[in-house]
Amino acid sequence: MREAELRELVAQVKAGELSRRTFIGKMVALGLSAPIGAQILNASGIASELPKSDYKPTKPGGGGRLKGLLWQGPTLLNPHFAVGTKDQIGSRVFYEPLAQWDPDGNLFPILAAEIPSVANGGVAADGRSVIWKLKQGVKWHDGEPFTADDCVFNWEYARNPDTAAVTIGDYRDITVEKIESHAIRITFAKPTPFWARAFVSDFGMVIPKHVFEGYLGSKSREAPNNLIPIGTGPYKFVEFVPGDLVRGEINPNYYLENRPYFDSIELKGGGDAVSAARAVLQTGEFDYAWNLQVEDEILRKFEENGKGRVVIEWGVNIEIIALNFSDPWTEADGERSSPKTQHPIFSDRAVRDALNLLVDRGSIAKFIYGRTGAATANWLNAPEKVTSKTTSWEISIEKANQILDSAGWAKSPDGVRTKNGKKLKFLFQTSINAPRQKTQAIVKQACQKAGIELELKSVPASVFFSSDVANPDTYTHFYADLQMWTPVTGAPPDPEQMMEQFTSWELTSKANRWQGRNVRRWRNDDYDRMYRAAQSELDPVKRAALFIEMNNLIIKERVVIPVVWRADVVGLSTSIRAILTPWDSPFWQLHDWYREA
Amino acid sequence: MIKYLTQRLLIAIPSLLGISIVVFTVLALAPGDPFSELATNPNVPPEVQTMLRAKFGLDDPVPVRYLHWLTAMLQGDWGFSFANRINVSTLILQRLPATLLVLGLSQVLALIIAIPVGVGAAIKPYSVFDQIASTLAFIGFSLPTFFTGLVFILVFSIQLHWLPFIFRTDLNVTGWRWYWEEFRQSIMPIAVLGLYQGASWTRYVRSAVLDVISLDYVTTARAKGLCERAVITKHVLRTALIPIVTLVALQMPAIFGGAIVTEQIFRVPGIGSLLINAILANDTPVIMSVTFVFACLVVFFNLIADLLYGWLDPRVSYR
Repeated sequence: MREAELRELVAQVKAGELSRRTFIGKMVALGLSAPIGAQILNASGIASELPKSDYKPTKPGGGGRLKGLLWQGPTLLNPHFAVGTKDQIGSRVFYEPLAQWDPDGNLFPILAAEIPSVANGGVAADGRSVIWKLKQGVKWHDGEPFTADDCVFNWEYARNPDTAAVTIGDYRDITVEKIESHAIRITFAKPTPFWARAFVSDFGMVIPKHVFEGYLGSKSREAPNNLIPIGTGPYKFVEFVPGDLVRGEINPNYYLENRPYFDSIELKGGGDAVSAARAVLQTGEFDYAWNLQVEDEILRKFEENGKGRVVIEWGVNIEIIALNFSDPWTEADGERSSPKTQHPIFSDRAVRDALNLLVDRGSIAKFIYGRTGAATANWLNAPEKVTSKTTSWEISIEKANQILDSAGWAKSPDGVRTKNGKKLKFLFQTSINAPRQKTQAIVKQACQKAGIELELKSVPASVFFSSDVANPDTYTHFYADLQMWTPVTGAPPDPEQMMEQFTSWELTSKANRWQGRNVRRWRNDDYDRMYRAAQSELDPVKRAALFIEMNNLIIKERVVIPVVWRADVVGLSTSIRAILTPWDSPFWQLHDWYREA
Repeated sequence: MIKYLTQRLLIAIPSLLGISIVVFTVLALAPGDPFSELATNPNVPPEVQTMLRAKFGLDDPVPVRYLHWLTAMLQGDWGFSFANRINVSTLILQRLPATLLVLGLSQVLALIIAIPVGVGAAIKPYSVFDQIASTLAFIGFSLPTFFTGLVFILVFSIQLHWLPFIFRTDLNVTGWRWYWEEFRQSIMPIAVLGLYQGASWTRYVRSAVLDVISLDYVTTARAKGLCERAVITKHVLRTALIPIVTLVALQMPAIFGGAIVTEQIFRVPGIGSLLINAILANDTPVIMSVTFVFACLVVFFNLIADLLYGWLDPRVSYR
C-alpha cells in the first residue's frame, strides 16, 4: 500500500464512510502499530473520541482491598530510576504522566487537560514545539497544587546526567518552559513528528518539585522520597518493602469523580509466574497477576476454576530468528562477527530464502505458544488473521529444496548440501527457555529435510541477555549464524525506535562495546535513507508509508525471520473490571478499576 | 572463659575475611550486570548505563572494588543497592525478622519432634514405635524442602483450601484475628523446614541416646532406684545432647540454604528471597552482604555450640 492509498483511506474516515476502528484495523493489517494509525487520523484533523468508560461505582471508596501479585516485586518507587517494568508498575500506583496510550493507540489525557494537536494549536506546524495544557485543581497527596513548575522541574531533574535517571533519553534533547501556571511548551532542536515521549506513559510520570527540589543531580540518591512517593494518583502511599510489598490507601482528594473504588491497594512481590497464575486463576487469593509467562495449557487448566480469567494483550513483542550478516567464524580486527566482514553463506540470497521457508510458524504458534502467540510475517506486528497484503509467510520444504537445488547447493552423501566446498551447516543459538528449545527443535527438523544441518546451542538467559563485554555468548556478540530472541522494542508505541535497530549507525561491534542494537550487522543504504526521512517527516501519512516500506525491506531481505507475535498475558479476578492496553502500563487506568458483585 | 571467647572471636576474623574474598571474587567473575535491563531498552541511551556503571564503581578492577567494599564494611557501611538505590543494611533489617521467625520456629518444631521421638525410639529399639519413627524419618529427610513445599501447597491450599500459600506482610486484620492469620500463613513454611530437620535429627537423637543408655553409669542410676523418668532426663539425655548440639549448630548453614528455597516458594519476605531477587538483578552489594550475614551467623552458631558444651559437660573446659 502506497501513500496515495493511505490518503484515500483517511479521506474515507473523514467522510464517515470508514470507522476509526476499521481504519486502525487496516493499518495493523499492513504491519503498522495501532498508535501510528491513530496518529495519522489525529494529524488529519479527525479527533479521537475518548474511549467510553463503563465505570459504574457512584461514590469513591467502599471497595475493600485490591490485591495484586507481581512475581518480581518493585525494587524502587521513583519513576525516573525505574530500571524495569516492575518498578514502573509500582510507581504508577502513585504517580501519573500527562498522558498515556489507550488500547487503540490514542493518547489519553491524565494530568493534561487535553491532548495537543495541530487543530487545537498545541502542536506547532513546523514540528518544533508542543504546548501541553495541564489539568486545573489537581493536588499532590500532601495537598500542594500541581502546576507547570512541577513539569519544568521534572525536565531539569531527568536531563541532569548526575541524577542518573533512566528517563534522560526523553528529556535531554528538549527544552521545557512554563508559559502559564498550567501550561508548558516543549521545544525540539529539530522537527519532531513523534513528540509524545516526554511526560507521556511510564517514562513520563511526574514527580513533585516541592519534594524533590533539594535532590537534583548527584544528591538524587539521598532523597528519602525515592521510597516514599508523593504523587497525584488515585492511591496514597502507605508502606513499601523493596521486592516484597507496595501498599497504598485511597486518595480521598482524587480529582476524578467517584474514583477510585478501592479503599486500599496491595502489590505483593516474589515467587514465580506459575504460582502467581495459580493464586489469581485457581484459588482467587489475589485479584491481579502480571506477566504470566506460563504455558497456555497450564493457564487454561487454572482458568477452569472460574476464579479468574486470562487477559491477552497484543503489543510489539516479536520472537524472531535473526540471520548474522557478518562472519562469526573469522576474526577481523580482534573480533568475530565484525560488521566489516560478510557471512560466507548468507550472502547467497537463496539460502536466506530457503531458511525463511523452513520455519513452521503456524505450528510453533499453535502448539508452543497457544493463545499467547500468533504466527506472523511482519516485524511491525500483525496478527495472523489479518495477514499483510505485501508480506506473507509459508512453510514449504519442497520449495526450499527447489530454491537450493537451482542455486547450485547439491546434496552430498551425508544429506547436507554443499557448494564450492562450503557446507550448509549453521550454529543456531538462543536463551534457555522451554518454548525456545522446542522451537529450535522444530526448525532443526525442517532444515534437515532440506539438507541444512543446524547445530543447536542454548545459553542461560542471564548470560545471553547480559551486556558483559568479555562474554562471547551474549546475544549482542552473536558468535553464531542464527539466533532467536525477542528484541526489546521500547515503550513508546511509535515505530521509530523499533525500526532504528536496523540502521547502519546502530551496528553492533567491538568499537561500541557491543552496545549497538543492530545485532544482525545488516547494512542497507536505502533503509538508512528511509529511516532518516521518517525521523523528520511531518506528514504522518508519508511517514507511515515509509515505515511500511522499511518493514517490507527487512522481511524481503530476510534480515529477520519473524516467528511469533507474543502477547502480554495478565491474570485478573473474574469480578474485577479493568481496561488494559498493550501500549502502556497495566495500571494506566488504575483509577477506573472496580469490582462487580 | 572471657579469654576463650576473645580467642574464638579473633579466630573468626580471618575466616570471615577469607569467605568475603571468595564470595566477592566469584561474584565479580560471574556473568551479568545490574544494568543489563537498561542495555536492552532502546528508550535508554547507552550512555546512561555507562554513567551508572561509573557512578557505582563497577568499572574499577576487582581488587580495588573489594577494598572499597571492605573499608566501607568495616565502618559499618554495608553498601548501596544498585537495584533499590537504598542502603543494604536497611534492606536486610527489613527482611531479617521474617527469616528469624520462620527459621527459629521451625528449629523449635524440629527439636520438639526429634527429642521425644528419638528418645522414645532408643528406649525400646526395634519396637513397633521405633520402626514407624525410623521409616517416617527416612521419608522426611529424603524429600527436599522445595518438593514438600509444593506438595503442601497442592494439598492444603489448592485441594483443601485450608491455608493461604502466599505469605503476606500486611494482614489487614487486628487483634486475635491477626495472630490467627499469621499462624495460618506461617504454618506451612515452618512445617516444611521443621519436619525436614526434625526427621534427620530424630535419627541422630536415637543413636546418641542408644550409645549412652547402655553405659554403666546409667545402670548405676537405675540401681540406685531412680525412677526411669529421672534416669532418662537427668542422666541419659544430658550426655546424649552433646553431639546433638554440635549437629544443630553445624547444620545451621544447611538450614539457611533450605530457608532460601522455602521463602521463595511461599513468598516469605525474608533474607533468602532477598538474596534470590538480588541474584536475579545482579545486585552485587546485596548478594555480598546477605552471604556475609549468613557466614557470620554460621560462625556465631558454632561459637554458641562450643559454649553450650561447657554447660552440658563440665569436663569440657575453656582454655
